[in-house]
Amino acid sequence: MDIFIQQVINGLVLGSMYALIALGYTMVYGIINLINFAHGEVMMVGALTSWTIIGLMQDAMPGTPGYIILLVALLISCVVAATLNFVIEKVAYRPLRNSPKLAPLITAIGMSILLQTLAMIIWKPNYKSYPTLLPTTPFNIGGAVITPTQVMILGVTAVSLALLMWLVNYTKLGRAMRATAENPRVAGLMGVKPDMVISATFVIGAVLAAIAGVMYASNYGTAQHAMGFLPGLKAFTAAVFGGIGNLAGAVVGAILLGLIESIGAGYIGELTGGVLGSHYSDIFAFIVLIVVLTLRPSGLLGERVADRA
Amino acid sequence: MKQQQKTMTLVFAAVALLVLPLVLQGFGNAWVRIADMALLYVLLALGLNIVVGYAGLLDLGYVAFFAIGAYSYGLLNSPQLTEAFPAIAASFAQGLHTPIWVVLPLAAGAAGVFGILLGAPTLRLRGDYLAIVTLGFGEIIRVFLNNLDNPYNITNGPKGVNQIDSLHFFGFDLGKKLVVGGIEFASVSLYYYLFLALVLLSVLISHRLELSRIGRAWMAIREDEIAAKAMGINTRNLKLTAFGMGATFGGVSGALFASFQGFISPESFSLMESVMIVAMVVLGGVGHLPGVILGAVLLSALPEVLRYVAGPLQGMTGGRLDASILRQLLIALAMVSVMLIRPRGLWPTPEHGKSLPTPKA
Repeated sequence: MDIFIQQVINGLVLGSMYALIALGYTMVYGIINLINFAHGEVMMVGALTSWTIIGLMQDAMPGTPGYIILLVALLISCVVAATLNFVIEKVAYRPLRNSPKLAPLITAIGMSILLQTLAMIIWKPNYKSYPTLLPTTPFNIGGAVITPTQVMILGVTAVSLALLMWLVNYTKLGRAMRATAENPRVAGLMGVKPDMVISATFVIGAVLAAIAGVMYASNYGTAQHAMGFLPGLKAFTAAVFGGIGNLAGAVVGAILLGLIESIGAGYIGELTGGVLGSHYSDIFAFIVLIVVLTLRPSGLLGERVADRA
Repeated sequence: MKQQQKTMTLVFAAVALLVLPLVLQGFGNAWVRIADMALLYVLLALGLNIVVGYAGLLDLGYVAFFAIGAYSYGLLNSPQLTEAFPAIAASFAQGLHTPIWVVLPLAAGAAGVFGILLGAPTLRLRGDYLAIVTLGFGEIIRVFLNNLDNPYNITNGPKGVNQIDSLHFFGFDLGKKLVVGGIEFASVSLYYYLFLALVLLSVLISHRLELSRIGRAWMAIREDEIAAKAMGINTRNLKLTAFGMGATFGGVSGALFASFQGFISPESFSLMESVMIVAMVVLGGVGHLPGVILGAVLLSALPEVLRYVAGPLQGMTGGRLDASILRQLLIALAMVSVMLIRPRGLWPTPEHGKSLPTPKA
C-alpha cells in the first residue's frame, strides 16, 4: 500500500510539472493553432539559466539561505525565458501567420533545434549537477515519503495555476485572450490588439515553462541542454489528452498523465511477471494518448469544435 | 527546338548522375557514402511526400516504418537471431541468410501493415492530433527496439544488430567491389547505382500516382476533406492507402539502409530523423517532386560536406563548436530562414488559378 501512496505522490509531482509546461502549449495552440515545438527548449533555457545564477550567487554570497537563492534564480530565469519566447514569436512565427500551415510548424521545429544547439554551445553538453537548496529531511505520509523539494513543486504549481486562472478569467488581458482565441478578427473589431495578446500569451507561457524548468531540475538534481525534449513532448501529449486549447483540460490531462506514468512504472513489472520493466514507462504516455484519442478524438475536456480556448 | 533542349538537359543530367560515383571514388569512398545516404533520404522523402504532400496528413513518426524495414532485413540476415535462439540456429545450419526476393517484400509488407494498423484507428483525427499520435507511435517503436533484449533477446537492445549481410542478387554481391572492363566499382558505388535506380522507380511511381484517380482524390482530401467526401470519395480508405503506401516506401528504404550500413541500432531511428524527413519534404516544396528531391539532397548531403570543411573552425573556437554542432546549427538556421523567406518551400508547385507569365516574344 505504501508503494501505491509513494507512486501517487511521485505522479502528482510529475504531473504538476507537466501541467506547467502543457499550459504554455495549450494557450498558444488555442490562440494561433500552432504546435510550439520550441516550448520544451524554453523550459530548458529556464532551468540552465537558473543553474548559472545559483552558481554565481553561491560564489558571490556564501551563507545566503537556499530558498532565497532559489527564488532569485527562479525570477531571473522567468525573465530570460519570457524575453526569449517573446523574441521567438516575433522572429519566427509572426511573419508566417498567414502562410500554409506547415511553414510555422517547421520554423518551430527549427527553433527547437537551434535553441538546443545554442544551449549546447553556451553551457557545454555535459550533465550539470543541480544543487539541492532546500532541506533534504523528507516528510512521512502513511509510510510514503515526500521531500521538501517535492512539497515546494506542488505548492508553486498550485500558486501558479491559481494566478493563471485569475489572469485569464478576471483581468482585461485574460478577456482579450479568450476573445482572440474565439475569433481573432472579431476580437480585433472590438478593440483588442491581437498581436499584443499573442505576445502576452507567449510571455505567460514562457514564465510557466521557466518555473517548470527550475522545478524539474531541482527535483532530478540535474540539468542539460537536451532536458527539455521529453518533458516537452509529454506535456504536449497531456495538452492533447485533456483537449488542446482548453486550460483546465491541460491541467487535468497533465496530472492524469503523471499519475499513469508513475503508477504504471511502479506496477508494470509485477503485472507482466517481469517481462516488461519500468523502462517502458515512457511509452505509457503515448499508448494512453492513442487510446484516448481513438475513443474521444477531441480529448477529455475538448469540445467537438476544437478551435477554441 | 525547345523539346530538343529539354532532351539535351535530360541526357546531360543522366550522364552526370551515372559518372558521379566514379568521380567521387577518386576523392575517397566517404564521399560516395554521402551520395548514397542522400539518395536513401530522397527515397524516404518521396515516401513521406505521398502522405504529407499528396494526402495532407502530417506524419511525425515516419521513421518508425524505416525502422521496421531495417529491423526486418537486419534480423533475417544476421547472426542475431541464431545466436539468441538455439532453435533457429538448429534449423538454419548455414546461419540466417534470407534472399532479397523474400526479405524486401517482407520488409515492405511489414511496414505497410503497421502503417494501416496505425492509420485505421487514428485517421479520423484532425491534423494536429494525427501528428502527435504518429509521433507517439514512432517513440513507442523506438522504445520497444531499445528494450526487446529482455527477457528474450530479439533486437539486442541499444547495442543494435551487427554483421548484417550486404545485398546480393543474381550472383552479384554489393558488399564486394566489382571490376568491369578495367574500371573498378567500389561497394559504395554499386549501392549508389541500386539506390539511383530505386529513386528513379519511386519518382516514376509518385509521378504516375499524382496524375492518377487516386492521386487526384488525395489532393481533393488535402484541400477540403468535407468537399471531397461530398463528391463521393471514400476518404477513409484513401487515407489508409496513402498511409500504407508511404509506410511501404519507408520499409523498403529501411531494408536498404540495413544492408548498406551492415549495422543498425535504435539510435538511428529517433524522432529527430522523422523531423528531418518532414523538414526535407516541406523545405523543398511539399507535394512537388523536384522540390522534395531538392530538399532531401540539400538537407542530407550539404551538412555532411560541411563536416569535412569545418575542421579548422573547431580549433578556432576552442573545441566548443565542432563539426556536428555546426551541422546542427546550420540545419536549424536553414529550416527557420528558408521558411521565413519562402513559406511554400524552395521549389514549390506552381500555384493554381494564376495565369502563367506571358512568354517573351
